[in-house]
Amino acid sequence: MRVLVTGASGMLGRATAERLLARGDEVTVLQRHPAELDCPQVLGDVADPGVVARAVAGQDAVVHLAAKVDVTGPWAEYERANVTGTRTVLAACAAAGVQRLVHVSSPSVAHGGSALVGVGAEPADPAGARGHYARSKALAEREALAADSPALAVLAVRPHLVWGPGDTQLVGRIVERARSGRLPLIGSGAALIDTTYVDNAAAALVAAVDACGPVHGEALVVSNGEPRPVAEVLAGLCRAAGVPEPRARVPFGVAWAAGAVVEGVWALTGARRTPPLTRFLAEQLATAHWFDQRRTREALGWTPEVSLDEGFARLAAAYR
Amino acid sequence: MTAPSPAPDLARLPGVDPAWSRRVTVADSTGTKHEWHLLDNGVTDPVGTLLCVHGNPTWSYLWRRLVAAAPPGWRVIAPDQLGMGFSERLTELRPLAQRVADLGDLTAALGVTGPVITVGHDWGGVISLGWALQHREQLRGVVLGNTAVAMPPGDLGPALIRLAHAPGVRPAATVGTPLFVRATTALSRPALPAAVRDAFAAPYATAERRRSVGDFVADIPFAPGHPSRATQEAIAEGIRDLDVPALLLWGPRDPVFGERYLADLRGRLPHAQLHRYEGASHLVTEDAPQYAKAIAQWVADLTEGRPAAPSRPAAEATDRHPWSALTDRATDDSPAVVEVAGGTGDGAWTTGGMVTWAGLSRRVEDLAAGLVAAGVGPGTRVGMLVEPSADLTAAVYAVWRAGAVIVVADKGLGLRGMRRALRGAGVGAVIGSAQGLAAARVMGLPGLRIAAGGVSPAAARALGATTTLAELEQRGTTAASPAVAAPDADCAVLFTSGATGPAKGVVYTQRQAVAQLDLVRSTYGLTPADRLVAAFAPFAILGPALGIGSVVPDIDVTAPGSLTAAKLADATAAAGGTVVFASPAALRRVVATAGELTDAQRSALGGVRLLMSAGAPVPLSLLQQLRAVLPAAEAHTPYGMTEALPVTDVSAAEIEAADAGDGVCVGLPLAGVEVRVSALTPTGRSEGDLTEVPGVTGEVCVRAAHVKDRYDALWATERISSRNPGWHRTGDVGHLDAEGRLWIEGRLPHVVTTAGGVVTPVGIEQRVEALPGVSAAAVVGVGPAGAQVVAVVVVPAGTRPSRLPGAAARLAPADSDLAAAVRAAAGTEVAAVLTTGRLPVDIRHESKVDRTAVARAAGALLAGTGGSRRRS
Repeated sequence: MRVLVTGASGMLGRATAERLLARGDEVTVLQRHPAELDCPQVLGDVADPGVVARAVAGQDAVVHLAAKVDVTGPWAEYERANVTGTRTVLAACAAAGVQRLVHVSSPSVAHGGSALVGVGAEPADPAGARGHYARSKALAEREALAADSPALAVLAVRPHLVWGPGDTQLVGRIVERARSGRLPLIGSGAALIDTTYVDNAAAALVAAVDACGPVHGEALVVSNGEPRPVAEVLAGLCRAAGVPEPRARVPFGVAWAAGAVVEGVWALTGARRTPPLTRFLAEQLATAHWFDQRRTREALGWTPEVSLDEGFARLAAAYR
Repeated sequence: MTAPSPAPDLARLPGVDPAWSRRVTVADSTGTKHEWHLLDNGVTDPVGTLLCVHGNPTWSYLWRRLVAAAPPGWRVIAPDQLGMGFSERLTELRPLAQRVADLGDLTAALGVTGPVITVGHDWGGVISLGWALQHREQLRGVVLGNTAVAMPPGDLGPALIRLAHAPGVRPAATVGTPLFVRATTALSRPALPAAVRDAFAAPYATAERRRSVGDFVADIPFAPGHPSRATQEAIAEGIRDLDVPALLLWGPRDPVFGERYLADLRGRLPHAQLHRYEGASHLVTEDAPQYAKAIAQWVADLTEGRPAAPSRPAAEATDRHPWSALTDRATDDSPAVVEVAGGTGDGAWTTGGMVTWAGLSRRVEDLAAGLVAAGVGPGTRVGMLVEPSADLTAAVYAVWRAGAVIVVADKGLGLRGMRRALRGAGVGAVIGSAQGLAAARVMGLPGLRIAAGGVSPAAARALGATTTLAELEQRGTTAASPAVAAPDADCAVLFTSGATGPAKGVVYTQRQAVAQLDLVRSTYGLTPADRLVAAFAPFAILGPALGIGSVVPDIDVTAPGSLTAAKLADATAAAGGTVVFASPAALRRVVATAGELTDAQRSALGGVRLLMSAGAPVPLSLLQQLRAVLPAAEAHTPYGMTEALPVTDVSAAEIEAADAGDGVCVGLPLAGVEVRVSALTPTGRSEGDLTEVPGVTGEVCVRAAHVKDRYDALWATERISSRNPGWHRTGDVGHLDAEGRLWIEGRLPHVVTTAGGVVTPVGIEQRVEALPGVSAAAVVGVGPAGAQVVAVVVVPAGTRPSRLPGAAARLAPADSDLAAAVRAAAGTEVAAVLTTGRLPVDIRHESKVDRTAVARAAGALLAGTGGSRRRS
């Protein structure tokens, strides 16, 4: 099968491309800068119709991961990368007669700050989504699923908190904070958090490429299906990286208020650097986030291969 | 002259399908046309029709759940009465007789031909029964919610309605303001959702639209000369002749229609089946939404002709009665019951009371005759508020001998729980000690009060008793000997521990009680040579019935911890005890206080050949520890429940021989007892066919001659528990092994339903409790059914094991070492390990862990801080 993977410079995009290559698919990747992959690469902006049309031409399937993933920066940047980028990919797929599109989304598109306890994949809700990233991804997923048709089967896959060796987003930030003693536990540390080891997420995306067609027009949350108290998850990541585990506890109310202040200061100063604490982060670290995986596993015919503990062991090996 | 009614916007109201809404214009007996609004599920060519009639000031919205849950093939019609709901408004009061006629005009216009089951609530009850009496040829059954058809003697009318009836008050309360409309939906606890309350008020927004609300109240015939009085009385008397099946669904917290109205209805419809929804108030349909399924089931049973009394193995035809052992030994002068009042610690003891077999037999005969003479005869329910004692024993057998029914609700239920239980059981008399009589007064129990426990007649009068056991006994010496009750007469209502919701009354017949006694006697080889030391209330009573002498230790049986090794020894010495029965909680204390035993006391305990413990899971380690205290005793623990005891039995040696398995091995079913399981669905419902295939986990089901007759005043609960005819569903979950032994894995509501299948708690708890760092564990599920994850809550070793009843202590995440150890031991995927200072346990046995409460607390903690917050 000929498959285009957009956003292959990121941890999950690269892992997905590698997995497709390993099983013998003809893989092309599209991203701004060269990726360490032994396959044809199209370099450019995912919102550029010319670049995207060139990459999509002749493909059987597209896995669309390219996105702006961050917590700061102006809305226009998120809109261009996530909304316009997706729209561009959808148009190119339709024009080129691509039959399958796996749109990589996020559980945050459907949820505000409330606890998520064993929930399924609710519809994307741009109005209720928190922050530029979630809102732009919600708009993008809506457009992607609206484009589902007999000619182009679209499946939205929402991996939850992907981590693994080489991860600069989740693991990188946690480890960096822990190393400098700036990683507090917010609240009791008991909130159950599910995460996704990168190999499992990549395997789910490959399974989605195969399932797309018979399964289409719906969103599926992907996770390890191993919720753990957030304190245990953070401790596991820190132990694997060889940095001190979080010890200091901050009451949730204090953290949330502090996040609000920090966000305000960052907005006023226009700082581009990621702020040390946001309300969103305070909530993420203090409320349950885990999902009912039954529909996902049935639809994709996929189960995670790497357990949480095995994931920690692999991360530790990568840090040694 | 009528006012037009606006079209209802039913789509806005929760729970109603706008497609049910329809209007029909019907001419009344004077030829005047009226426009009706009704809910109608529109089934054509129906098997039958449910005609649902609301009261005042509600409307057909009351019946929305029943319309949605219609039995297969049945049409459900719920009209808004004229002037009410979204039916046409009236300018004049419409009297009862006219409303009954209106309903007949409506059903004729709708083409209802029968069979019809009427369903009525509040004042709709009377109207529906009026229709029923005028359509006997179509009538298949009647269902009533909280209602009244008559003013019971001595009642001045429902106080609240009378208040609304008072001149000057009524117009203001019912019409001028929405007070009455709003108050009706304000009685529920917990409160109804605001949207539902608004829906009830929706048709009554203005004084003009509330006119009939006031007229309805005015039409209640409190006074003899009232224009509707004759109609109401004709209906109230007429239903005494109704021979169709009847179902009463009752909310006991109704401040309008209280217990006396229910009693009045049951008097008029003695064959009616009853379900009391504990906690529900006047709007029973709102407070107990499950009412709709209950009616659907009841109707389906009528349609299918399900037999009222299912087949089950009957006890052998016998002329034995629960008191027969007394008759057998009527000339035996050896002790039947000994009460120990206090030990001296050196093996000497004093008896607080002693009665011989001959004396007890004589006393029971006299007392029974006295009871009947005082009006406590066949079928009377007698609340037994006497501490276990010779007096209680005599009273129990006398009540049975009189053909009456003992009602036993122990203090472990708390005063409120006891009140609910005893009033719900409809006690007509109370036998009480001084303490019991005081409690009866506080609880406001109706009927005759009889003092027990040597209370003087003067003191008895002061406590509100009209007589004493001694007086009745004296009276009985000259009274006629009572007739012997039929074998299938009720003999006892016993209450469950109430560990999972309100305590349930369990009814036994004399035949079932005899079967139970025979089973216990044969299982444990009890002979007249045995002496029973009964530190567990039920067995203190049953000793004489088993034909063995018994001794009651000097303890408060409702506080299991009050039995010490010394007290047990003193009681054993007092009667040459060979058999000991005590709860596991009591036995823990015996083990803990064994060091205080004197040589003489140890010697007395050495004569015990059999130890029985029940009431909650009995750990093997406890039985093993007891070997040091009771060296000659074979330790047995029967498994069973209030509804069926015993079901199986296992000895300590048999437990030791059984390898560790998933659950607690409770042994083989006893002779004549059949055990099957009903396999669980992935969401934890026990829907499988009954099977004895080894290894299948499911709800444990029991069939035997000594299983309960039924739950009392809980028709729907009984229907669910006996949905396999002849079998009792226990609510316990377990499996049978290849040797036929039963293993208990937990309670049905405590099963964890993970995406990978169901997980039962007991096996995991046993493995975790075997860890050195853990003294107790509870396994619970967190998350939605079918997608739950497992949380293990442990009490770390070294925590003072304060197994206090009541709410759970605070939970906190376990440290990483403990969490890792628990995960390694659990043998299943564990999402979280939490610690606590204590686990909540039931009051009666202080040992059944309330996993539902633990799950609630764990769920809240594991949801995190945002669980109850929502921000924009």
